[in-house]
Amino acid sequence: MAEKMKLEIVTPYSKVLDMEVEEVTATGKIGEFGVLPGHAPFLTSLRIGELAYKNNGITEHMALNWGYFEIQDDKIIVLVETAEASDQIDVERAKAALGRAEEALKKLTPEDKQHKVYEAALERAVIRMQVAGKAVRK
Amino acid sequence: MASLKSIKKRIVSVKNTRQITKAMKMVSAAKLRRAQENVVAARPYAKKLGEVLQTLSANLEGDLHPLLEKRDAKKLLLIVLTSDRGLCGGFNTNLCKAADRYIKEKSAAYEQISVMTVGRKGYEFLKSRYTVYKNFSNVLAKPNYQTAVMLAQEVIDGFVAGEYDQVELLYNSFRTVMTQDITFQQMLPVEPEVKGISDETPVEFIYEPSVGELLAEILPKNIEVQIFKAMLETVAGEHGARMTAMDSASKNANEMIGKLTLQYNRARQAAITTELMEIISGSESIKG
Repeated sequence: MAEKMKLEIVTPYSKVLDMEVEEVTATGKIGEFGVLPGHAPFLTSLRIGELAYKNNGITEHMALNWGYFEIQDDKIIVLVETAEASDQIDVERAKAALGRAEEALKKLTPEDKQHKVYEAALERAVIRMQVAGKAVRK
Repeated sequence: MASLKSIKKRIVSVKNTRQITKAMKMVSAAKLRRAQENVVAARPYAKKLGEVLQTLSANLEGDLHPLLEKRDAKKLLLIVLTSDRGLCGGFNTNLCKAADRYIKEKSAAYEQISVMTVGRKGYEFLKSRYTVYKNFSNVLAKPNYQTAVMLAQEVIDGFVAGEYDQVELLYNSFRTVMTQDITFQQMLPVEPEVKGISDETPVEFIYEPSVGELLAEILPKNIEVQIFKAMLETVAGEHGARMTAMDSASKNANEMIGKLTLQYNRARQAAITTELMEIISGSESIKG
């Protein structure tokens, strides 16, 4: 039996996940990383991206918004603004958001204040669709 | 003695009022449950984020983040959170009075005190007394995190720009359904508590990116979360207060209906007696 870590994902609205896992990969501020049981204490911030965890050999995917990741003594705490499991994602909504963000970005220049906002929206929509796609293939 | 008709009319009107207060109580009770769940759900996030902040600031040396900077506190910003709607007992009034007292107390110590209100009731109370710097109404009907992000951004921008040196938050924290505590909370500059850490050997974390950069990301988040939490507590408190107020209003209405019914019955009996007397004396005189 492989060693396991405790994974907790918390958002301001609820505790999304609290379970034992074997492996976690996530997108950190400066790149993707993975952790296995026995990892040294580690603290990083996450960017908009994907988080995958493996439990009993089954890999599940989640779309995350801004967040922060901490592991200590095989206990992982992930604080994120939003977290959606791959089968919870509303693809239609993500597509609509993608369209809106693309439209808005065409009209804006990188100097505009709104530009960053829509860029982030675009990124979120892309990640959501990507993660949702993985649920279908499973 | 009031006429039968007018008493009857009053009974009907009190009954109508009771129906409304009862309905409002039911609605508040339902909303309260959801609001309470939200408060409970938000707690772990706020707690964890606070802990991270502690670890980080304990490890921080040298360069300070602008949000940690302590300046001569001359300009204070007071954020007052109230509900948008009334009919919830002393919920808003008490908070507004506390704000009023606080401003009067502190006006000597600070050069300038600005007020920012969230919720219509607080705005209406405070605008007649002080200049309200900014007001946000109708954001509490459905508290969401985006609103908190927006508010936090406002506060942070103003602080960094030097519009104020200190930010305090005033809200009703939700203790039980019956009681709300008026709470003052300092938000900026952030004051990390340095306690208990020295007891144990601090865990050597690997930080990615650096501590300073992480802190720069987490500090504003912490402010967002604090505002979000205060918003949720205000909403829960509002419904709790309204439920209690409407409950006692319904009870009062019941009492009043009882009294009026008694009065009505007495008046009716008196009228019957008078009528009987008239008939009897009439027939007596005919017999004559």
